[in-house]
Amino acid sequence: MNYRWDWSILFKDPYMGWLWSGLLWTVIISLASWAVALIVGLLAGTARSAPSRGARLLAGLYIDVFRNVPPLVQLFLWYFVLPEVVPDSFGLWLKRDLPYPEVITAVVAIGLFAGSRVAEQVRAGIEAVGAPLMPAALATGLRPAQAYRLIVLPLGLRAIVGPLTSEFLITVKLSSLSLTIGVLELTAQSRHVENYTFQGFEAFTFATIGYLVIGLCVTGLMRFIDIRIGGAALRKTPA
Amino acid sequence: MSDFDWGIIARSSAFLAEGMALSALLVLVATVGGLILGFGLALMRLSSHRLLSVPASTYVTVMRTLPLVLVLFWFYFLVPLVIGRPVGSLTSALLAFVLFEAAFYCEIVRAGISNVRHGQSDAGLATGLRRAQVLRLIILPQALRAMTPLILNQIVIVFQDTSLVYVVSLHDFLTTASVVASRDGRATEMYALVAVVYLVICLSTTKAAEFYRKGLPS
Repeated sequence: MNYRWDWSILFKDPYMGWLWSGLLWTVIISLASWAVALIVGLLAGTARSAPSRGARLLAGLYIDVFRNVPPLVQLFLWYFVLPEVVPDSFGLWLKRDLPYPEVITAVVAIGLFAGSRVAEQVRAGIEAVGAPLMPAALATGLRPAQAYRLIVLPLGLRAIVGPLTSEFLITVKLSSLSLTIGVLELTAQSRHVENYTFQGFEAFTFATIGYLVIGLCVTGLMRFIDIRIGGAALRKTPA
Repeated sequence: MSDFDWGIIARSSAFLAEGMALSALLVLVATVGGLILGFGLALMRLSSHRLLSVPASTYVTVMRTLPLVLVLFWFYFLVPLVIGRPVGSLTSALLAFVLFEAAFYCEIVRAGISNVRHGQSDAGLATGLRRAQVLRLIILPQALRAMTPLILNQIVIVFQDTSLVYVVSLHDFLTTASVVASRDGRATEMYALVAVVYLVICLSTTKAAEFYRKGLPS
């Protein structure tokens, strides 16, 4: 193997700036997509157990479609196809006036894909833990909406912090897809540095460590939340 | 914009079929290679020797934290360097897929094996079977039944993952469609087709896995 090591490349301008801005974009896109995924996933997952048949079908359709089309294809649909099939004025606005169009498209696409996965977890949590408590909640005189908000959802969600941690990590990894539509996030920037300097080893190592650190932070944060809301204690008692 | 031209699909079908063949090859190699390697990793992780279990679990954790796109770039860059001469991007992509998916198959195999109750292997050993025989004759048949729906789900994910070879310019199904889309300015038709094809294949496999799981004795 014939390779000239030069780790100093990671501390030289402009490469250092590229890599760190890439890391920042990865964090921003991951957090924003995760926010979208949580909101949509919570709504769709709850709707799966709603009394209304229409709401159940609609949520089921969303979950089946968005889980079974590859996220990269979904990203291309949002980016290349959507502006063509909506009315001209809106399409023009999407192409010309939307600020940070690539970043926003990536957040929407990744968020909705991850949201369909989160919805499945939420549904599972409600079915396993929350729903059995519904009759008791109603018997105490709560209205159905109150029973959901105060009993079924909090207990159901507390049980699924573990699976949600995996989904959060998957969302972070998905943020790398945004490089295909031109977002210069961490993976794109490391590739960029490799193209300019041929120091691929150093650049990809930076990206690798970046993802590992983000992964550790996510796992730590979710474990902290799990302990704070008592989900961990809840799971330990029966076993 | 102009009207839709769905005829573009028929006219480019031979090209698209070539792309689908490459996607299928990637799924096949990643699944077979990933399962074999993943099985080895799972046995290492379950071993009581720390020298075996720690490297295996580190490998799995790292691979599961990295985006596949980055892994593809790593191999695209590393494989020619290690071999010492340029190789096609297909070789490095196949290697990347096997080594990446192995981490996920490892977790499936490990869960399958550890879900078989401990008394089973004790009973097997007590009847005089050797360790390897216990694994082959008692643990694996039961584990395999529990693993099948998870493996089917993973194959769906691998199939979706193959679309990422777009980033190293390999012509899989998505990439061939995107080539036609930009050559003829037919993004809407081509990406709609791609989405529908993936949806039908993945959804039917997902439902089959669900159906199989419901039929299992719990």
